Amino acid sequence: MTAVADVAAPTVAAGRIGDSPARPDGEAKVAGSFAFASDLPFESAVWGATLRSPHPYARIVSVDAAPALAIAGVHAVLTAADVPGKSTYGLITADQPVLADGFARYVGEPIAIVAADHPETCRRALDAIAVEYTVLEPLIDPAGALDPRRPAIHPDGNVLREQRIVHGDPDATGDVVVEGTYALGMQDQAFLGLEAALAIPDADGGGVELHVATQWLHEDRRQIADCLAIPDERVRLVLGGVGGAFGAREDISLQVHSCLLALHLGRPVRMHYSRAESFCGHVHRHPATIWMRHHATADGELVKVEARFVLDGGAYASTSSAVLLNAITHAQGPYRCPNAVVEGYAVRTNHLPCGAMRGFGVVQACFAHESQIDRLAEACGLDPVELRLHNAMVTGDTLITGQVVESVAPVARCLRETAALPLPDVALGAGSALELPGGAGLTADPEHIRRGIGWGVTIKNLMYSEGFDDYSTARCVLRNGPGGPAATVKFATAEVGQGFVTIAAQIARTILGVDDVELGRIDTEIGSAGSTSASRQTWMSGGAVDAACRAVREELFERVGAAHGIDPLRLVIDGGDVVDTIGELRQPVAEAIGDAVFDRTVEYHHRPTEELDERGQGNCHTAFAFAAHRAVVDVDTDLGLVRVVQVATAQDVGRALNPLSVIGQIEGGIAQGLGLAVMEEIVQVDGVIRNASFTDYLLPTTLDMPPVVAALVEEPDPQAPLGAKGVGEPPCISSTPAIVAAIRDALRQADGDSRRADRINRVPVRPSDIAASEHEV
Amino acid sequence: MGLCTICQVAVLIPRSLHDALGALDGHPGALVLAGGTDLMVEVNEGHRRIEPDLTVVAVDRVPELRTWTLDRAAGTLRIGAGVSYAELEDEPLAELLPALAQAARTVGSPQIRNAATIGGNLATCSPAGDGLPVLSALGATVELASAAGTRTLPVDEFMLGVKRTALQPGELLTAVTVPLLQGWQGYAKVGVRNAMVIAIAGACVAVDGPSRSVRLALGSVAPTVVRAAEAEAYASANVAWSGDPVDPAVAAEFGRLAAEASRPIDDHRATAAYRRHAVEVLSRRLLTRAFA
Amino acid sequence: MSETYRLHVNGVDHEVADGWLGESLLYVLRERLGLYGSKGACEQGECGSCSVLVDGELVCACLVLAAGAVGRPIVTIEGIGAGGELTDVQRAFVDTGAVQCGFCTPGLIMATHRLLDRDPDPADIDIREALSGNICRCTGYGRIVEAVQRVAVARRGGAR
Repeated sequence: MTAVADVAAPTVAAGRIGDSPARPDGEAKVAGSFAFASDLPFESAVWGATLRSPHPYARIVSVDAAPALAIAGVHAVLTAADVPGKSTYGLITADQPVLADGFARYVGEPIAIVAADHPETCRRALDAIAVEYTVLEPLIDPAGALDPRRPAIHPDGNVLREQRIVHGDPDATGDVVVEGTYALGMQDQAFLGLEAALAIPDADGGGVELHVATQWLHEDRRQIADCLAIPDERVRLVLGGVGGAFGAREDISLQVHSCLLALHLGRPVRMHYSRAESFCGHVHRHPATIWMRHHATADGELVKVEARFVLDGGAYASTSSAVLLNAITHAQGPYRCPNAVVEGYAVRTNHLPCGAMRGFGVVQACFAHESQIDRLAEACGLDPVELRLHNAMVTGDTLITGQVVESVAPVARCLRETAALPLPDVALGAGSALELPGGAGLTADPEHIRRGIGWGVTIKNLMYSEGFDDYSTARCVLRNGPGGPAATVKFATAEVGQGFVTIAAQIARTILGVDDVELGRIDTEIGSAGSTSASRQTWMSGGAVDAACRAVREELFERVGAAHGIDPLRLVIDGGDVVDTIGELRQPVAEAIGDAVFDRTVEYHHRPTEELDERGQGNCHTAFAFAAHRAVVDVDTDLGLVRVVQVATAQDVGRALNPLSVIGQIEGGIAQGLGLAVMEEIVQVDGVIRNASFTDYLLPTTLDMPPVVAALVEEPDPQAPLGAKGVGEPPCISSTPAIVAAIRDALRQADGDSRRADRINRVPVRPSDIAASEHEV
Repeated sequence: MGLCTICQVAVLIPRSLHDALGALDGHPGALVLAGGTDLMVEVNEGHRRIEPDLTVVAVDRVPELRTWTLDRAAGTLRIGAGVSYAELEDEPLAELLPALAQAARTVGSPQIRNAATIGGNLATCSPAGDGLPVLSALGATVELASAAGTRTLPVDEFMLGVKRTALQPGELLTAVTVPLLQGWQGYAKVGVRNAMVIAIAGACVAVDGPSRSVRLALGSVAPTVVRAAEAEAYASANVAWSGDPVDPAVAAEFGRLAAEASRPIDDHRATAAYRRHAVEVLSRRLLTRAFA
Repeated sequence: MSETYRLHVNGVDHEVADGWLGESLLYVLRERLGLYGSKGACEQGECGSCSVLVDGELVCACLVLAAGAVGRPIVTIEGIGAGGELTDVQRAFVDTGAVQCGFCTPGLIMATHRLLDRDPDPADIDIREALSGNICRCTGYGRIVEAVQRVAVARRGGAR
């Protein structure tokens, strides 16, 4: 078990793999000097802003910019007609207009963009633009979207994707059958660093440099170039400091808009979103309704899972088809299940568009399957942990897609190690008022508080799927500098806070035996690193950095070998030296380098994956990771208020390249899982968002988030380039059902039966859901 | 940095109450700025348009507004409108008005409490204002001053509706005078998370031994604070003034009457049904604590 | 009525000219004085990213009318340390892994300094309450609370 106290304090400034050196941008961040994308002033820059639809569905009759242009300080107003290239964009399907043309399909859809001297002038310009709408009846129920009689709200139709999975014997049954319908509300990534960009047009007007906080520089570039009708290489992206991402920056938000204004004006443009705007300005987690039915033997062995997923994709496609794939292919959870019939639908509505959010469809599946597993345990008379252990997946088991899980799969170990973590030592009701449900609100009455314990376990695919040729690029340069041997590593990997910049240097130091590692600017002057998402960067970009450094090291060894008549295969790096494993030679790296400059750029690809066939069978995923969570929650069962007291977890990480960073991902992910469990939801009524602010979209504070006890399960995965699996997503996946299960447990204790507990089937769980009693509040 | 030609706003920073009142008198329609925690939210969101020739009168440097006075003889505490929630949360004010201190501790965040003032909370008069049920339950009076003179109003007559008060043009809320009751007082508030949250339901119970009265004021369940008169009368008549714990059945009925007195709405934060339920539970629990 | 006013920030007087006098202190610090360390993540006082000290009190700069802050000493993240050196709080945040994306970090540093100046021996729950106005979306607060504890212990000479 890795207690956080055991994790090495960063005394080793130049840490290698396995150490926890401080992040290289840490000092700048604590000093306030680290430049986020919003912190980039530029001489002669003007401000850009976006006019957004107030209606969920409307025909745009006319847009009159004249009143806005008449305001002093307003430089431009652009609409769809001003988009020189492709009028739509999108990660998978280019179905989303740069600026709405003809129809507005969600509240917040961009209609026009303005540029002005001051953000307040921009605001007044937006107010002055006269738009005539014909308001239409929005399509807001996903079931309606599936009805072929309902008119399409988009030329591509209302169904974004349908996919089924049939595995084994679809007619198999079991002695024990449990079913339920589960729902998840719309969660927002709510990164703190609001959308921001600085677009600087080239003097000749044929290109642009964009500084932006984003997740995938090259994919942004592709779409920008298409929409601006300029070649890719004339669109240069530089990563502006990113204040968190969690999936919300995978899609285009202000990238094309800011470049459009800059090129139109021949002036630099800064664009920042407000918080209210940000809620409409990026994609969200898909709300979902999931019906699930499990069949099992009398002693709890899974026989079949049946499920029907409906994901509300909102107005545009984004990555809905991939999210749906993930959701349905994870329907069985981290369990052996020989038979399955699963149907999945991702539909288009006039709700806010949905796409990537940390967990990417598996959050939804896991809430359903873990709720089901608890029901099954109750039906079989088994302890919930025992039932899970009984069915726990191992390496070599098959998913319901027919894919064999080749990854290390320590599901039982994760469960057992979680169970072994100590329960909280603060007894129920002990401690200060702040530690009770309701906190400083002083609502709590100790007689009505029950402490519940709940479990959740998950499987999560790593990297991309369905045949996508995902890769990452890195460049390593090794030479002697004035202070000694120094390496420079360059990549386009978007650092969004997760700490890739830290491990990149650790990898280089380990491979090359050099302490001095500098990181190049993150931009499009090197090939793509792919997206910072899907828990993929440690594997893919870590793999690319590793490969580039190894390529350089190979050249270094060849040089040493040639100089000393030694087969380079005998050479290794030990500390700061090149060492002959068979002979006597030990030479400091500096000496070995001499006056040479080694410079290699490598693309790292993972092995190919497949698409699914019509029965949903195929090796569509790359690799998998696992985690278990246990939540202890105090519940005021009369008022429905909740305090999460502890979350314990054991996570399958392969190898902890930087244990402190891994702990950071675990704790942060659990906070997001907690948010979804009990407080986070974008509320849309009649297609209109009602809580576009932090006043009413509630994020966990220091008083909501409990201590986390974590164990890192390290069984290096032989498929992973460094043995390390991605760690970002599992913590926010099975933590949610664990917390909800604890709430149900508390209710069962209060009621002596399951009447209220059985009705907790939706997240976020609201006080009124818990407090509901005979007279149905 | 380009020239900014949007508009000019005059910010007057009076250093005495006299000057503040003069500023309001001389600039009809001026915005009063104290802590800024309500006003600036509106400005930042574009809901309060700062137009040309607008005047802002910042009253945060007016010493008369920042003081408080204990009048033991009269049994009252006069709190300047500019006293912050951070001050109300701490000693010595916390000991004098524990329910107000409890409410203060739930207002926003530490940053908000350092800036937000009791006068601002009153003048904004949100249905969910945390201090307001306490002031109502304690029978506070507000002092309204203008260049023409000063008047006082019971706080229940000052708070008229959703963000609507009896403040007249040219008037400044200068102080709130709170009777010091002799008995238990407490505040409780329901919010979805454990910090920095708008009340879904709030309640204050205050007991005055000498007059044998139990007061109950409810927040977030009506356009403005509700005094649950029936519940108060019932409790005053049915608790054991001898010092025995309250009968659970009495507490339950008290809660039920409290729920009946409330007129909550459904909104994105909570349903009316839940709010009624919450008020019932809070009132019952507060009475139980008051007579434990 | 003047279109110019003076703010006293980090010990230095700054003239603010040609401003729109409805600007918040946060906007003025960043866009007029070039002090980008304070961050705007909500503009409503609900996240604490813009926390600064005004007259020694921790407040949200987004809720302070800049032109109303004349004559009050203002300290920002850029001025919390002396002579360009990191404070013990800043150092601890770096060392304990309390910084991920870093957007909340300046506000948290300010809040932590204010907490420890007032209460040198805070219990865990006191730390959490003092920082409850600072939202972090990346870290889950565990390493942040540890950083604060480390500083408190170190300032007391290691004794508990």
